Amino acid sequence: MSAIDTYLNEHENKNLLRFITCGSVDDGKSTLIGRLLFDSKLIYEDQLSSLQDASDKNGTTGAGEIDYALLLDGLKAEREQGITIDVAYRYFSTPQRKFIIADTPGHEQYTRNMATGASTANLAIILIDARYGVVTQTRRHAFIASLLGIKHLLVAVNKMDISGYSEETFLMIRQSFSDFAQKLDIPDVRFVPISALKGTNVVRRSPELTPWYAGQSLLELLETVDLSQDLNTRDFRFPVQVVIRPNLNFRGFAGTVASGVIKPGDKIRVLPSNRTSVVKRIVTSDGDLQEASAPQAVTLELTDEVDISSGDMIVHDINLPRVKDRFEAVVIWMSETPLRAGAHYLIRHAGRFVKARVEALLYGVDVNTMEQVSVQELPLNGIGRIVVETTQPLFFDPYSENRATGSLIFVDPISNATSGAAMITDTVFIDHDTPRAVSDAAGLLRDHVERREFYWETGLVSAKDRLLRNRHIGKTVIIIGESAQAVQAFGKELERRLFRLNLNSYFLGFSSLSRGLASDVRDNRSEHDAEIQRLGELSRILTDAGLIFITALPSADAYTVERLKALNQPNELLVVSLGELSGRAVPVTITVGEHVSIEKNVDAVLGLLAEQHVIPDYCI
Amino acid sequence: MSTLSQLRQLEAESIHIFRDAVSQAQNPILLYSIGKDSSVLVRLAQKAFYPGRLPFKLLHIDSTWKFREMIAFRDRFCSEQELELIVHSNEQGRAEGVNPFDYGSRKYTDIMKTQALLQALKAGKYDLAFGGARRDEEKSRAKERVFSFRDKHQQWDPKNQRPELWTIYNARVNPEESVRVFPLSNWTETDIWQYIRIERIPIVPLYFAAPRPVVERDGQWIMVDDERMRLHSGERPIEKTVRFRTLGCYPLTGAIESAATTIEEIVAETLQVRVSERSTRVIDHDGDSSMEQKKREGYF
Repeated sequence: MSAIDTYLNEHENKNLLRFITCGSVDDGKSTLIGRLLFDSKLIYEDQLSSLQDASDKNGTTGAGEIDYALLLDGLKAEREQGITIDVAYRYFSTPQRKFIIADTPGHEQYTRNMATGASTANLAIILIDARYGVVTQTRRHAFIASLLGIKHLLVAVNKMDISGYSEETFLMIRQSFSDFAQKLDIPDVRFVPISALKGTNVVRRSPELTPWYAGQSLLELLETVDLSQDLNTRDFRFPVQVVIRPNLNFRGFAGTVASGVIKPGDKIRVLPSNRTSVVKRIVTSDGDLQEASAPQAVTLELTDEVDISSGDMIVHDINLPRVKDRFEAVVIWMSETPLRAGAHYLIRHAGRFVKARVEALLYGVDVNTMEQVSVQELPLNGIGRIVVETTQPLFFDPYSENRATGSLIFVDPISNATSGAAMITDTVFIDHDTPRAVSDAAGLLRDHVERREFYWETGLVSAKDRLLRNRHIGKTVIIIGESAQAVQAFGKELERRLFRLNLNSYFLGFSSLSRGLASDVRDNRSEHDAEIQRLGELSRILTDAGLIFITALPSADAYTVERLKALNQPNELLVVSLGELSGRAVPVTITVGEHVSIEKNVDAVLGLLAEQHVIPDYCI
Repeated sequence: MSTLSQLRQLEAESIHIFRDAVSQAQNPILLYSIGKDSSVLVRLAQKAFYPGRLPFKLLHIDSTWKFREMIAFRDRFCSEQELELIVHSNEQGRAEGVNPFDYGSRKYTDIMKTQALLQALKAGKYDLAFGGARRDEEKSRAKERVFSFRDKHQQWDPKNQRPELWTIYNARVNPEESVRVFPLSNWTETDIWQYIRIERIPIVPLYFAAPRPVVERDGQWIMVDDERMRLHSGERPIEKTVRFRTLGCYPLTGAIESAATTIEEIVAETLQVRVSERSTRVIDHDGDSSMEQKKREGYF
């Protein structure tokens, strides 16, 4: 076999390490990456020559020296500013391993980018300037790395050349970082004293400069760090991406093994249908497999005809993920629009989109001190803990146990932008039964309506379709007044006039409600409240159905009207007062004269309905 | 359980990307450029949907100035692999005789490649287009997302790209917007060659050295592929044993002198020569940051 054969086969069979580098512009991060790429002989000659030109234009290093940082900054705007503002991916390899570097900026406002780079990384290099030691930024980087579940941390104490290669400096920094890192959940932390600029302990050990350092060089550490324990091999999770059905004899479920191991003959369960079956074959275009594990992309054929669609999850029958529509998560916010409790988003999790609502923002986390802070909203780059509610249950594992099924992104339902990323934590500390943090009845009602609207299921006929057919939209009209009899009569007349105009109207008397839909309401004290709640829900439904729904509530007070208003959301209420009300401060839309003819009063209300574009002008 | 080799990890990642994109898209398409990366891209797509057929067609933007061998290879490859191919050219540009000699590489590329691509994408109402770009090809591509959002003018805004975490991709778009998806993002040139080698993937013969008629222009060997090639006064084609590191429009693609007739020999040369791949593409040399500029305008 020729040398090239050997080279190529070795290249193919290397294993892969993805890592992230954290540090600010001044920490020498770009210089370090440049050196890793350069010394592994991947800076190609013409890139070097154009680099030489650029260094003369923008370089910050001395004349004649190559500015490695310029090699890395990809985009024009960044090159001019001299700051890396986004995640860039670099590739290099040594005979031992192939490496993918996610190069992310160290600036405070770019938590988002670091989280992005860290999300796929096995390891993080944290650069510390030996002159300044552990600074706020160091802690921030380590915290984000631990938040994203990185298990290996390589702390590179850089600029040892400026610090006279002092062992004391190195040991002090190591001690101070270790003290702080105890609070983090990172099992493997190593330290290496380097000079990225001079190449000290970067690729090879430099015992002549740091005789007191007995450990490996930075690259040796990267080449040897053991990743075999990082994968979750216990819990088989297989989100189905595509159903492959080339003919009637084959039905395969294609996806990537997210974690665990699967073999033909294994008993499986499908979520959400809960159907069980057995794996018949693990199909790939290169032949069937006797076993598949993460991150292999395969196609499963089952022994039974089970109805499975894209977005379902196949798991082992005896090892199930959590199946919940309410859970807590730590979120990193990535949108200019702050995250607030009550906001609606789409969640993308394990290969499917689900509607979600942020039920509560429990607290924010100060990224510099790692302390919990009480917040009303999370801004761009904010980190916080939230309670999320979804319209369908998610099949998940806590992020700490499973990166693939414990992670999700938030997507803005209007712009479709990715607005945030979250890691699902284990339990919900706020229970369904404990009272929510709402202080009054109005708050409770608001909460109820929000929840109802979130779950509101629309049919295939839109409000616009109904408008085109009916020539009017739905509306709820409440009539109040001193005289119960006059109010009833007025409501009925309004119904009849609208009906004669070929518009869909319906009058409901209060007694019809209390003896019918609300007849099961018994509790005296809240009886009226409960009846009003039924009426409000009914008005929401009928308005949605496109009806002009009229009801007479002669003695309704402000409280009742406010409740109906809330329940009728998202539609608006039209409140007609027949004559002036004495001693009742009810928010009315229109007041008509008590002593004017009923016909003229109905005309006035029809005029208002036309003005509000509920009904067309030409009807009246 | 054994650890997957890096190349099989890349393969699995690409297959995952293909399947995920198809599960999200209404009307996907694969942008096929005939080059070696496109050959790998098609193979990965076939693996992703095996034993089914590809759930999308291939689109080739024919600038009308491609090497003849490329077109012959394309037609043979697509018929052998049973791929559905759409070929689109900017007919207005063709009618007006737009060519790289009179219009310059920049304007020509814009009309016959960028505009042609935008026309075809618009006509097909595609909401998702696969492409074979790799991050290690060029500096501005190092920051490209795997799922790259394009606005309704098909433009790429480096400041308006969606954060991309884990392997959770977001291909949701509003009408007229689209995403470009790059399943080969994390592949390097060596990965591509080794994959072609072990998978025995067919590639255009122009990648291998052979005697070809060439002229020297601005330090590059340009092949005289047909009679439309404009020769400067005193310029006479000479036969040289050359090969191409990348393939594009023949008047804009430089050949390198080489005797490499096998993949092993090509890789051996690559290791020694170490001149980065795209340096033989004339269009990348239109000025500093020129690739980034073309990408903003919609070029792949």
